[in-house]
Amino acid sequence: MTGLVAALSFAAVLALVLILGHLVAKGASSLDWSFFTKNPVPAGETGGGVANAIVGTGIIVGLAALIGLPIGVGTGLYLAEYGSGRLGWLVRFVADVLNGTPSIVVGIFAWTWLVKPMGHFSAVAGSVALAVLIIPMIARTTEEMVRLVPHSLREAALALGYPRWRTSLRIVARTALAGIVTGCLVGIARIAGETAPLLFTALGNLNFSTNVLQPMQTLSLQIYVYATGPFDEWHRLAWAAALVLLALVLLLALSTRRAMRPRHGSAR
Amino acid sequence: MAAPADARLRLETARLTALFGPRAVLTDVSIPFPAHTVTAIIGPSGCGKSTLLRCLNRMHELSLGGWVTGRVLLDGADIYDAGVDPVRLRRRIGMVFQRPTPFPTMSIHENVAAGLRVNGPRTPVEVEQAVERALRQAALWDEVRDRLRGSALALSGGQQQRLCIARALAPEPEVLLLDEPTSSLDPAGTQRIEELCHELKRRYTIVIVNNLQQAARVSDYTAFFYNGELIEVGHTEDLFTKPVQERTEAYITGRFG
Repeated sequence: MTGLVAALSFAAVLALVLILGHLVAKGASSLDWSFFTKNPVPAGETGGGVANAIVGTGIIVGLAALIGLPIGVGTGLYLAEYGSGRLGWLVRFVADVLNGTPSIVVGIFAWTWLVKPMGHFSAVAGSVALAVLIIPMIARTTEEMVRLVPHSLREAALALGYPRWRTSLRIVARTALAGIVTGCLVGIARIAGETAPLLFTALGNLNFSTNVLQPMQTLSLQIYVYATGPFDEWHRLAWAAALVLLALVLLLALSTRRAMRPRHGSAR
Repeated sequence: MAAPADARLRLETARLTALFGPRAVLTDVSIPFPAHTVTAIIGPSGCGKSTLLRCLNRMHELSLGGWVTGRVLLDGADIYDAGVDPVRLRRRIGMVFQRPTPFPTMSIHENVAAGLRVNGPRTPVEVEQAVERALRQAALWDEVRDRLRGSALALSGGQQQRLCIARALAPEPEVLLLDEPTSSLDPAGTQRIEELCHELKRRYTIVIVNNLQQAARVSDYTAFFYNGELIEVGHTEDLFTKPVQERTEAYITGRFG
């Protein structure tokens, strides 16, 4: 039995190692200064970079987090503290359904409600689509984390004369903060690599752009375009972009570990 | 059974019945708590001791399905009157629980000051003074004065419990409710808290749920509960040496419970 589970976990790690190794082997050689600082060059020319995509990823994901985190955390708090009734059940159900919705469906939704009325593709539409994806994730992890806070702490605060909302925010949410932050970072890491919901919202942009009302490039879109393109030079850049994207996600995962560390050092 | 005539009443229940939904866990309890005394609540587990305590600061109604009938008088005024805000009431009646409940994200200082912050604005100097006073009253000051900004979780169990007492004392409540405060502590920690009870009753009116031995050691009055009913209440010495009720005698002599 031990041998079996060891073999299975080895298989799981192997997949990760293979992906990482392959990315490094194919992409690392293309990583140089200009890759990070230059914009794409016209097809056929060599050189150029993905600076526009890196900045675009930051803007679109950042904006999505700005929209999604407050709503997600707030919803999670509501579910954990007041969500025992019928409305709580409904919200939880919707969140679970949304969690299981294919991301491309969310993209279509954003296209219908934002891109079409606006008349053109935009980074904002992409951010909204990503926010819709991240809200249910964060709501559910926040709820789980807040539920882990011992009931005795809640009672202690109430017995001190804390109103209920203040107990929720000052005591319960603060105690669960490390877990909530972790949930947020994991959520951000997940949407950072999303491609499908951006295809017909943010669209992509070969030029450098910081205008959120216009189409914008992201790493994931860049990889998609380059990897499906006909040129070897593009394939090379796609591998490198994939490596950068993975490194970003890895960085987020590491910050997650940091966030989980207790503030006052280990207890006793 | 009657209230002692010599002491002023701080707190009193009148025909108090506590229920969960349709089920009564405490029936028709009338019991006086004279000012500046320690009243011990004893009885076998499940007899409604903790519920009684939780009725005295309106925590019972926060439990699912919890409600009461009858009255609880604090200085003559019913705390269950429609005009009484339970949140404000709880600032006048401090409570300490079975297990220490320091707020894990807060330092020792922040823990003690936690109850002050909801009690209206105070200057930093006032907060400092109140924190030191509360820690001194809880006999913890000398042990933590050098690490007030450190984590409360670094304290021992006994210290954590005294920290919780300090936290309850900081807003200067009138009544202090202690729900088996030493049940998770070692003998040394237990002794510290028992000594504390003697100290604290000069300022506060104390109601404590505890075991037989502790009741005999710390309380002026003892009330014996069985099956949600008040069987007998009187001076601790009288109740232990010449109980009126047969069930009381059976319990204190160890024949059941």
